[in-house]
Amino acid sequence: MNFRLRVWRQKSSDEKGRLVDYDAPDISPNTSFLEMLDIVNERLIERGEEPIAFDSDCREGICGTCSLTINGEAHGPSHPGAACQLYMRRFTDGETITVEPFRARPFHFIKDLVVNRGALDRIVQAGGFISARAGSAPEANSIPVPKHDADRAMEAAACIGCGACAAACPNGSAMLFTSAKVSHLAFLPQGHPERVTRALRMVSAMDAEGFGNCTNTYECEAVCPAEISASFIAKLNREFARASFAKKLGD
Amino acid sequence: MIVAVTGVILVLFVIGHLLGNLQIFLGPEWINSYAQHLRDLGGFLWAIRLFLLIAVLLHIYYTIWLAIENRRARGSYREREPVKASFASRHMAMSGLIILAFIFYHLAHFTVRVTDPRFALLKADPLNRYDVYSMMVYGFQNVIVSAFYVLAMFLLALHLSHGASSFFQSLGLNDKKLTPRLARIGRVVAWLIFIGYTSIPVAVLLGLVKPAQQL
Ligand code: HEM
Ligand code: SF4
Ligand code: FES
Repeated sequence: MNFRLRVWRQKSSDEKGRLVDYDAPDISPNTSFLEMLDIVNERLIERGEEPIAFDSDCREGICGTCSLTINGEAHGPSHPGAACQLYMRRFTDGETITVEPFRARPFHFIKDLVVNRGALDRIVQAGGFISARAGSAPEANSIPVPKHDADRAMEAAACIGCGACAAACPNGSAMLFTSAKVSHLAFLPQGHPERVTRALRMVSAMDAEGFGNCTNTYECEAVCPAEISASFIAKLNREFARASFAKKLGD
Repeated sequence: MIVAVTGVILVLFVIGHLLGNLQIFLGPEWINSYAQHLRDLGGFLWAIRLFLLIAVLLHIYYTIWLAIENRRARGSYREREPVKASFASRHMAMSGLIILAFIFYHLAHFTVRVTDPRFALLKADPLNRYDVYSMMVYGFQNVIVSAFYVLAMFLLALHLSHGASSFFQSLGLNDKKLTPRLARIGRVVAWLIFIGYTSIPVAVLLGLVKPAQQL
């Protein structure tokens, strides 16, 4: 197959970026999108040009490192799935494909298609953990968890932290990510001791990073490769209201 | 939270106001006595007006601030393709601001009555009440006025087709199964509101509702 790429090239955040056209001829339909970029890069290197910088790691949809906005959609046109799980057969022969990085104000630009998503890590550092004594694993049946809660917690835990939700959001909001992290622990008994501080701290960390506010457009849910449901955002709103109330009441 | 709560108050007002206005189809007796009852509330009517005014001001204040913050937070793509977000949800500020302009005009038109000189010629009805019925009919006989009302109601319905279900999510009052159903109900309610309000100017223009007195 043959494609025409329009790729965002920008050396650093100090310089102006622009979309540059590249031809990508002779691509097998079973090439993944990232492999296609590898092929384009090899050809660029052969010609002595600077290869296109982009992020990836596992290339099987579990690490959340790949972060491309393809034809205006975070992770490209095939939902649910990360950009690394996208194959060229999904496109039509001769198509022009635009590739941009994940954009949201808190994602600081690094180079070409690479942005720093450390803002998401700092939200997790603000409360996305439990303070428990580490050591040998406890007996599995010592803390019973209802099936429904366990299922919802697992669903929320599927978030791979890619940031597509914030990149796709017209408000640059990271509510889906944060709601997944907060809900995951709120559904489990192990998460309960820090339930109030977690909800409050993670939400204020999210605001401090400069993420926007959710207006319920559900773009996030539509692009999420882990199929995190926007109903977790309602859960986060409940958790936050509950925590604010509990804090007002004191201990 | 505040946007959602004030939004709910406004939605309830819009529904109540619609039910009040639809009494025009029941004849002058109904709507004129309804209007008289409202006026008889005296101080309480002012309390309701004040309450609505505060709700509107808070709603606008927080949404404008929200819109600015969100505009700043989003990434500036060269190319962007909405996947799921509805047209309504992406144009809340636009529809809201035009509704605001409409509210000003509407109050000047029917509450303060400064835009239409003919309203001053209206006589009291046989029971010596203000003839709200004829005022509405004469008001809507003007095609341009009616057109603006219909346009504003269209934008209101657009605003509410997102807002009337969106607040459940903001307040956390839903779950995975309920959300799509609420979204559907919200859209239906919004368009019923549109049909309800629009029916009045349309009926007047078609001559189905005639003034109760000649000027
Ligand atoms: C007067 C001018 C108005 C302005 C400038 C305005 C603006 C907005 C904006 C920008 C949003 C927000 C967020 C989003 O993008 O989803 C919003 C939400 C909303 N608006 Fe308005 N609006 C106005 C009037 C009204 C009226 C008259 C009603 C009701 C009849 C209303 C009901 C709602 C509701 C229910 C929401 C959803 C709240 C939520 O999702 O939490 N608005 N408005
Ligand atoms: S919620 Fe989905 S889109 Fe957002 S970071 Fe997690 S996996 Fe990515
Ligand atoms: S590279 Fe790991 S999810 Fe795409």
